[in-house]
Amino acid sequence: MLLKDEVEMLRRIPLFSGVAPAKLKLLAFTSDRVSYRAEQALFRQGDMADAAYVILSGTADVSVDTPNGLIKVAEVEHDSIVGEIAILCDVQRTATVTASTPLEALRISKEHFLKLLSDYPEMTIEIMRVLASRLSHTTAELSEERSKH
Amino acid sequence: MEKSLTRYIWSNTRFQQIWILTVVAASMVPYFLSFDLPKQIVNGPIQGTGFEAEGATQTFMRIQYTLPYFGKVMFFEGLQLTRFQMLMALSLVFLLLVVINGLFKLYINTYKGRLGERMLRRIRFELIDRVLRFPPSQFKRVKSAEIATMIKDEVEPMGGFTGDAFVQPALLGGQAITALVFIILQNFWLGMIAAGIVAVQGVVIPRMRKKLLELGRQRQLTARELSGRVGEIVDGIGTIHGNDTSNYERADIAARLGLIFSIRYDLYQWKFLVKFINNFLAQVTPFLFYSIGGVLALQGRLDIGQLVAVINAYKDLPGPLKELIDWDQSRQDVQIKYAQVVEQFNVDMLVDPRIQAVVHDPVGKLEHSLNAVNLTLSDDSGARLVEHVSLEIKLGETVAIVGTSGSGGEAIAEAFARLLWPDSGRITIDGKDILELPESITGRRIAYAASDAYFFHGTLRDNLLYGLKHAPLTKVEYEGAKATKYKWNINEARLAGNPDLDLNSDWVDYQSAGVTGPHDLFTVVRPVLEAVMISQDIVDLALRSQVDTATHADLTSRIVELRQALRKSLKDEDLDGLVVPFEPKAYNPQATIGENLLFGTVKRPMMTNLKLAAHPYFRSVLRDSGLNIDLYNMGLEIAANAIELFEDLPPDHPFFQQLTFMTADDIPTYQLLLQKLQGRDFDAASPDERSSIIRLSFAYIEPRHRFGLLTDELMAKIVDARLRFHKNLPDDLKAVVERYDAKKFITSANLMDNVLFGRIGFTQADGPERIRVILRDLFDKLGLYDSVLSIGLDFDVGSGGKRITNVQRQKLNVARALLKRADYVIFNRPLPALDQRVQDQIMRNILQDLHVEGHAPAIIWVLANSSLANLFDRVLVFDRGTLVEDGTHATLLEKNGIFKELVS
Repeated sequence: MLLKDEVEMLRRIPLFSGVAPAKLKLLAFTSDRVSYRAEQALFRQGDMADAAYVILSGTADVSVDTPNGLIKVAEVEHDSIVGEIAILCDVQRTATVTASTPLEALRISKEHFLKLLSDYPEMTIEIMRVLASRLSHTTAELSEERSKH
Repeated sequence: MEKSLTRYIWSNTRFQQIWILTVVAASMVPYFLSFDLPKQIVNGPIQGTGFEAEGATQTFMRIQYTLPYFGKVMFFEGLQLTRFQMLMALSLVFLLLVVINGLFKLYINTYKGRLGERMLRRIRFELIDRVLRFPPSQFKRVKSAEIATMIKDEVEPMGGFTGDAFVQPALLGGQAITALVFIILQNFWLGMIAAGIVAVQGVVIPRMRKKLLELGRQRQLTARELSGRVGEIVDGIGTIHGNDTSNYERADIAARLGLIFSIRYDLYQWKFLVKFINNFLAQVTPFLFYSIGGVLALQGRLDIGQLVAVINAYKDLPGPLKELIDWDQSRQDVQIKYAQVVEQFNVDMLVDPRIQAVVHDPVGKLEHSLNAVNLTLSDDSGARLVEHVSLEIKLGETVAIVGTSGSGGEAIAEAFARLLWPDSGRITIDGKDILELPESITGRRIAYAASDAYFFHGTLRDNLLYGLKHAPLTKVEYEGAKATKYKWNINEARLAGNPDLDLNSDWVDYQSAGVTGPHDLFTVVRPVLEAVMISQDIVDLALRSQVDTATHADLTSRIVELRQALRKSLKDEDLDGLVVPFEPKAYNPQATIGENLLFGTVKRPMMTNLKLAAHPYFRSVLRDSGLNIDLYNMGLEIAANAIELFEDLPPDHPFFQQLTFMTADDIPTYQLLLQKLQGRDFDAASPDERSSIIRLSFAYIEPRHRFGLLTDELMAKIVDARLRFHKNLPDDLKAVVERYDAKKFITSANLMDNVLFGRIGFTQADGPERIRVILRDLFDKLGLYDSVLSIGLDFDVGSGGKRITNVQRQKLNVARALLKRADYVIFNRPLPALDQRVQDQIMRNILQDLHVEGHAPAIIWVLANSSLANLFDRVLVFDRGTLVEDGTHATLLEKNGIFKELVS
């Protein structure tokens, strides 16, 4: 896959949809293309976070370590980004992400990702929008849960 | 050391001095004969005195002496020669005398030179020997660069002086006295005048030179301090940069240089003043002869012939006299230098030479406990570190010393290692003070490691085995010219008072390390390296280094097997794509275009990529295949892409790290080039412009840069050019280009590249890390792990071990102490640079696993963290310089004392 195809894919991700194509090309160029076999982990819960991953093709399972073993909590597929939270707030990985099919991803290092945010405020706003919508989603779920009890 | 240089020289070289004096005396005979001969030649055969009659002959070379009791004895009757024959004969005698005089001079100078060089060698060795025997406290006061400059520069003139020390005054004094006596014989009063002036010269000039000598002494001191400061700047460069004090250092150096300049300028001025006065005094004598002698002659009290003879004789006086005064000057100068140096090396409490005597035989195990008896230690300022401590460490016991830092534990450890000498009390083994035991016992049976590990310039192996090099253990057999050279070396060493220990011998004491020789050394080295957790670092060093195929043939000869095993294990684990192998007839997409073209490596430093690209043969291959145009067009595309991506970014932006084929500074240059060349064809570009564009293509890797520039057709063309390049490779390139060959070890590539024989795929997640793990397993499986460690140990650690990290140095320092297999191993907070977790792990490894195979030394460990004290048999708790608690971990915990406080 070429740089320009990657740019096309990045544009489909909501987080990057507001960013100019030239900047996306730069982001793609400075990121590493990595491929994973099925069952291979992108990262594990508890690791220090050093990069975020944009999934270009394939699917991956997000699972969390619990006292009862590893529990799958979500599935991610192409055009989605994983691992960005941990590099934003400098915490350990909160979940393990494992490829469930052969997977291609763009690995954006923490340093580059943060640099991008400071260079392009429109991206920061987009990130805030995504995070805020997730938060409101979670809050809604939580209040729903509470009202049940 | 002897305070007076003259006495030092005499006591070490008196026989040689007497011999050379005798030779000098003997050389005077032909010297004076050659003075007389010209007169004989001119008067005899040339002017014809004695050959008045036609066909007259004269006797030549009659040797006849009058001896007591025998009367006249004729040794040789002599030859009867005609005038012409006589001329030739006497001329030949003259020539012979010239040759003999020359040979005497040659012999004397060589002899004196050798004498001086031996003396220099002796002094230097003696000084270094003293440094090796300095008490530890001395090293807190001296600067290493100052010592080095004293040994190297300041004693140097002493060598030159040695040869002249006695010969010169005897020779010149004799000449001067002869000339003076001759003048006195001609005319007593004129002789007295000359003698008077000589006396004035002899008194005044040395006086004036006193100041010169004082200035010389200052020059020596300031120069020594300068080199001390230069050494400090080099050693402390990190601190200087870190504090922006480089200008402070500049000011300091400038001030010192200013002082040195003023001293040297004073010296210079004064020297020429003295010279002027000296010359004046020498010239004033003829003035007195002309004036006074002239008046006397006018008055008729002096014969004119006598006056001329006196003036003639005086010509021979100033020369020797001046040289004599110069000799005296250099004598005093050298004497002062010598005294200066000796003063620095005459240190109290020098270690007795017997304590450091060479011991070739193995030293038996210690069989007694290590005792501190009423020990009091203090630091340089006199502050008490430890007061009246008595304790006993038994053989085989593991002891933890705990306490806050500065509570005395470190000082005790240093005292056990003889680095800190007690104020009172002593440390004994079997009742003997360890300071009086030979180092061959304490240095072999006691091991010590602290955090300030020192590493010598050399390989890791040299440094790791340093603790085993006590004496030359093998006798090296030399043959032929080498044997002669070796004998000569030994003889010279003895003549200069140097030891004759052979550095080429194998000094490593394998036996005390618990092995039989170099071949099974790794059976003990590897567990130790594993215990200090450094073997992975060493394997990584090996993977990054080029391998000497001569010394590591055990691995390099199995390279084909290794490569195949790697392919197989990758295949077994379904990791085929991790490494893309080099195939002679296929393009390797994970390698650069340049690499694909070359399909080999260049031998640096004889050849570089840039030089190769400029080579006419390489260019002709590119031209003939038409690749130059393809690569040029490709380079233009790459430049356009790179500029589009990066032109707006500030030059220090972190994204530039990803731009492998250009730097931020190149961007404007390529921008201009692109404006000029885009849309025009290949011929429009100048050769320089072409190569800077083509250069970009050489570094291009499609899967990494992903510009979509590499077509199947182009790849085929590149492979084709590769084959053509190697087919007719000219000899000069054959010598420096090593082609990739699956059956051969590539000497100019590192071990990693050799084993992979391919490139790790760029899209492989964590490729390099995974490969390293796989390789480590592979080496182990094939029994090559020790060989790889051995390659890693060839790594040059640099000056002071600075090429390896502080963490690695501290780990290796512990390993070095363990390898000695001593009876008492002392660890004085040896690993502060490591994480607490790793420190604890290493401590566990050493205490629990390392000594299972039998050898179990007593371990005394000064702990930085008391949480692991439970691993030890016994715990000593220090507080403010005294031993407050002593017992097992459990009993101390029950006691509710200081230890419990420390642990919680």
